[in-house]
Amino acid sequence: MTGPATVLCVVEQADDGGIADVSLRALTFARHLAASLASPDPAASPASPSVAQPGQAVAGGAGGVAAVVFGDAAAAVPALSEYGVADAYAVELGGYAPQAWARALAGLAAELPAAAVVAAGTDHGSEVMAHLGAMTGLPMAANCVSAARGAGGELQIVRQRWAGSLLEDAVLEGSPALVTVAADAVAAAAAGEPAATAVHAYQPALEAADLRVRATESAERSAGVSLATARVVVGGGRGVGGPEGFGVLEDLAGLLGGVVGVSRVVTSEGWRPHRQQVGQTGTRISPELYLACGISGAIQHMAGCLSSKHIVAVNTDPEAPIVSHADYAVIGDLNQVLPALIAAIRARRGAVDDAVDDAVQKPG
Amino acid sequence: MEIAVCVKRVPMVGGRIVLTADGQDVDTRMSGFTVSPHEECAVEEAVRIVEARGGSVTVLTLGPAAAADQLRDMLALGATRAVLLETDGREWGPIATAEAIVAALRGSTATGDRAVSAAGGPGAGDSAAVPGLAPGDPAATFPAPLPYDLLLFGNEAADTGDYQVPVRVAHALGLPCVTGIKHLEVADSRARARREYRGTEEIFDIPLPAVISVKEGINLPRYPSLPGRLRAKRAAIDRHEPAWHADGLRKERLRVPAGESKRAEILGTGPEAVPALVALLDELGVLS
Repeated sequence: MTGPATVLCVVEQADDGGIADVSLRALTFARHLAASLASPDPAASPASPSVAQPGQAVAGGAGGVAAVVFGDAAAAVPALSEYGVADAYAVELGGYAPQAWARALAGLAAELPAAAVVAAGTDHGSEVMAHLGAMTGLPMAANCVSAARGAGGELQIVRQRWAGSLLEDAVLEGSPALVTVAADAVAAAAAGEPAATAVHAYQPALEAADLRVRATESAERSAGVSLATARVVVGGGRGVGGPEGFGVLEDLAGLLGGVVGVSRVVTSEGWRPHRQQVGQTGTRISPELYLACGISGAIQHMAGCLSSKHIVAVNTDPEAPIVSHADYAVIGDLNQVLPALIAAIRARRGAVDDAVDDAVQKPG
Repeated sequence: MEIAVCVKRVPMVGGRIVLTADGQDVDTRMSGFTVSPHEECAVEEAVRIVEARGGSVTVLTLGPAAAADQLRDMLALGATRAVLLETDGREWGPIATAEAIVAALRGSTATGDRAVSAAGGPGAGDSAAVPGLAPGDPAATFPAPLPYDLLLFGNEAADTGDYQVPVRVAHALGLPCVTGIKHLEVADSRARARREYRGTEEIFDIPLPAVISVKEGINLPRYPSLPGRLRAKRAAIDRHEPAWHADGLRKERLRVPAGESKRAEILGTGPEAVPALVALLDELGVLS
């Protein structure tokens, strides 16, 4: 067992059993937090100083991250080792059961003991941590971008509001500190030195009600290119004008190997299905290119697309908020610009195809 | 089927968020307010269930007196009655919010109300006071029967995004809870709730009564009818004044993330910009 400043981190596994990227980021966040809690000089931590409040100090100690894996931990060991996790606890509860998972975390956190419990702010992570907060009576800070010990020993956190359009500086009381990590808070980074990871089986003491809710998974997997992982997204907003206007966006998305995404007004009007919505209440995208057409750029929308590598706006209004978030903009009506763009791409491809045909027809 | 739906009044922030001078709140002097989007869908879902199966929909909010506007909007959508847990405008944390909701759902007053009662304010004369409930306390499963079969919430509020009020309410009431639901079927004593997680559909079969939080997309909320709006305008709203207390997450200040504002390079105007756009797409490697 590890020391009193252990940070317990929930690890979600990818389909191949390795660690999901969101959890690699959570492990990185947890390692920074553990180092801060163990730091002999809290003033050196990156958090802003604050007046000490008696009785709110976070437990100090040796530091370190312990991982919790719900399922078969063996496949996760290489990555856990790379991320400096010496102790991993494997909890086998036969699939997703949020309250039972939280009961396991509560037991582990008490036994270690843990100074903090951290999970990625996914649907599973948020749900399990909320259960942990409810069953322990402790506060829980959702979607944190940083957490570190302040000058007075209190835990200073920065968390997202409005899906990241606003940040909140706050002090999180209670031990263990319960934190979920915002999706884009930290980049995943392996530890300076890998650890020899020991896996311990952990059997939680469940209460009767803990398994009332458990998921069965349907065998169906979503087909096609997913909005969340598409390399190119062609976005359409109110400027598309109506449900009949999306053909040109579909054509362009097809030419670019991408998918169509839409703003909230489009789904609220019933022009397109909600699964195509990009935004705070829809899907978060992170494509190489986001071509936002006829979209004003409300914060509800931008919260879903700011992770795009490049944003190009097509909008009639040069003062639209989207223009101040985009890297490039074309000022104009999408119903004129997009058909011309499609024609230009087709002409260019035709020319390339012709050149290839020529080359094939005239060997040596 | 008796359904209660909890909603939150949030600012309509539009293109950018402006903060008050002290950095404690969003400046709402220039914005309207709305019901947080997931929660509007929760009300629509409740109304559809009751239309199909009979029963009633109680919509409940914790917020300032002006939050009565949002309750009336939800009455216009088809909710049967409305309850306002009126605050003095201070922000409530998720623990205190859940406690106030639990007390209200039990059809009784929270501990804080007794202070109000003593002062002769609203809540005076309520006799069925329930002791304050420590969240997570197993003893919180108070024997008073819950007058609801289903409690619906939004998955998270648009503004504070705490992701926990429904779960805390479920624990205090000893009820099963599922969150983030995008498809719901309700039978007499059970519900089947579905959501997608990382490309896989998860299905939850749970007994009622239960707490279920939903996400936008579960349905497309209707536009209120004119008779609905007229009825909502006249409807009485049940008011309580729960007492605020601090949560364990103490807000120090809000700030807008740095580096938000940049200015796009204008490639051109109208179709004349297409050659420059094609060159850019080529440079980004998305034309191959």
